[in-house]
Amino acid sequence: MAGAAPQGASRSEVYRGNGPRLMLPTWVFIGIFLVLPVGLMAIYSFLTKEFRGGVIWEFTWAAYDQFFLDRGLFGDEPPSIEWTYIGIFWRSIWQAGLATVLCLLIGFPTAWFIATREASARPVWLFLVTIPYWVNLLIRTVSMKFLIRDNGPLNEFLLWTGVISDPLSLINTNFAVQLGLFYSYLPFMVLPIYSAVERYDFALSEAAADLYSDNWTTLRLVILPVVKPGIVAGCILVFVPSLGAFLAPDLLGGAKTFMIGSLIEEQFKGAAGNWPFGAAAAMILLSIVMAVLLLHARAQSKEAS
Amino acid sequence: MDQHSVAVDVDRVVKRYGTVTALHGVSMDIRQGEFFTLLGPSGCGKTTLLRCIAGFEDVSEGAIRLKGEDIAPLPPHKRPVNTVFQQYALFPHMTVLENVSFGLRRRGWSDRDASGRSREVLEMVRLSDFAKRRPGQLSGGQQQRVALARALAPGPEVLLLDEPLSALDLKLRQAVRVELKQIQRETGIAFVFVTHDQEEALTMSDRIAVMSEGRVQQIGSPRAIYEAPQNRFVADFIGETNLLDVTVTSVSAGMAELELPGGLPLRCPAAEGAVQGAGHVSVRPERIAIGAPGAGTLPATVADHVYLGTDIQLHAKLDDGAPILVRMQNAGQDSVPEAGSRLGLTIEAGAARLLAD
Repeated sequence: MAGAAPQGASRSEVYRGNGPRLMLPTWVFIGIFLVLPVGLMAIYSFLTKEFRGGVIWEFTWAAYDQFFLDRGLFGDEPPSIEWTYIGIFWRSIWQAGLATVLCLLIGFPTAWFIATREASARPVWLFLVTIPYWVNLLIRTVSMKFLIRDNGPLNEFLLWTGVISDPLSLINTNFAVQLGLFYSYLPFMVLPIYSAVERYDFALSEAAADLYSDNWTTLRLVILPVVKPGIVAGCILVFVPSLGAFLAPDLLGGAKTFMIGSLIEEQFKGAAGNWPFGAAAAMILLSIVMAVLLLHARAQSKEAS
Repeated sequence: MDQHSVAVDVDRVVKRYGTVTALHGVSMDIRQGEFFTLLGPSGCGKTTLLRCIAGFEDVSEGAIRLKGEDIAPLPPHKRPVNTVFQQYALFPHMTVLENVSFGLRRRGWSDRDASGRSREVLEMVRLSDFAKRRPGQLSGGQQQRVALARALAPGPEVLLLDEPLSALDLKLRQAVRVELKQIQRETGIAFVFVTHDQEEALTMSDRIAVMSEGRVQQIGSPRAIYEAPQNRFVADFIGETNLLDVTVTSVSAGMAELELPGGLPLRCPAAEGAVQGAGHVSVRPERIAIGAPGAGTLPATVADHVYLGTDIQLHAKLDDGAPILVRMQNAGQDSVPEAGSRLGLTIEAGAARLLAD
């Protein structure tokens, strides 16, 4: 009979046995569109640059050398550490970290609020959180630029209320970049925390209060540890794309807020680009992200055992 | 009873949720060291009252006094009472030992002292070997004991238990009943135990408060509740009973003269508040004797019987059509009265009780 269990296999084994086959399309997709391009990028980072963009198939360390080492203007001085790109990376990590903290500070109470509404009202709130996503990120970021520019609505309003007498110059600052990152990625913080808080058993808070914990102690010792997986997921989902973001830094920031994403983007744009160098920067960024994710995975598997 | 032997004094507590009143001025004294049960069907207010004592609900009116001090205005973390929750509510990210130490640590005990005391309590609930486990690695019965240990460790004045056995299967529940009662005696802490299971209430409690629709119906020992119910709700809720319509001719000094259906006269104890006129008598099915119809007996016709092993249940009808249930002990009788046969039922004076309503 078709579909009958093979001899000796239980029903549940048969059902679970379908798992690997169900994954096949995913494996093919990831292979073609993720592993292949990243592999290609890894190879490019070791090739020689072509001046009009593109690569020459000659193996060299030049891209990594350029990233880490300063050999002077003509490349003939003894090498010292090149701080320019490390500085850009460091600033990016710092910006992405700050954006993550801001998203957490605003996102956690938001998620808590939504998860504690009536079950029937929650989908409405979640829908409201996702509304900005109906609009393209580029358009949203440009609108943000329009909002905060020197003679934009925000400044006009503040001038009108008399809070300020001269327009604040917000555009092209770290603040503007933060605002852009925060606005772009806040829902990625809210949604995983929401799903963790929704599953949180509020009897645990009662138990903590019953055992002499005030509200802050309960938050610190019971609520946060229990919903931690959601918080960590949210932080990763905000930190990782913030680190590689280029729209917000490009459109809202200036030369001083240059981030990794923009650095990489520039290398592949037009004739001034340097593909191997862009590829090398991308590989270094990838290594940092992988290191963070591996650390998290290790901590989690340790906790589970 | 003197003032000091009262552990919790619940004084005319009213609890309203918007327009709904969950507790209508409930009063009771819970004595030190007693096993006190709040018994009633779901929605009777027993859990609400427990949550008011724990502090999870504010009372709308009235006072809850612990050793004479009104704790009703205090938040839960300032009340010297601890709770065993229905689904245990153990902290999943902590070990058993950390769970049990939690209350002591919050009260400022050092890590070492708290661990020492927690280990003693874990020993009492026979879980010493599980101190390092997480709650998720324990069975339901073990989790229940951790919840008990966690609530006992800080040495509360009163322990509140919210249907703690309802999540266990029947066999385990019966074993835990004995154990729980034993721990209560050993510790000497007053237990306030909420349940809808009358058997649980009867077997474990020193005293029971039967509740219905936000009111206390009767407070008394299991024996008093079963043998001397105050009203129809209590008589009907606890065990099986026959409620017969009777005409009361006189009530004096706790005894009533009345006429059973069909005019048979009976003298029996009366609940406080019972009055002359139409009333109800409660007669337990196992306290009715059956015999041949004759003078001085209540005539009835057998409708059916149910074999229950230790007992045989007779469903009969009185001559006015009212159903009556009789329980015969299975003493190896050869024959059980057939359907349609006529019986004469005898109700002894002590077997019946005139109810207040």
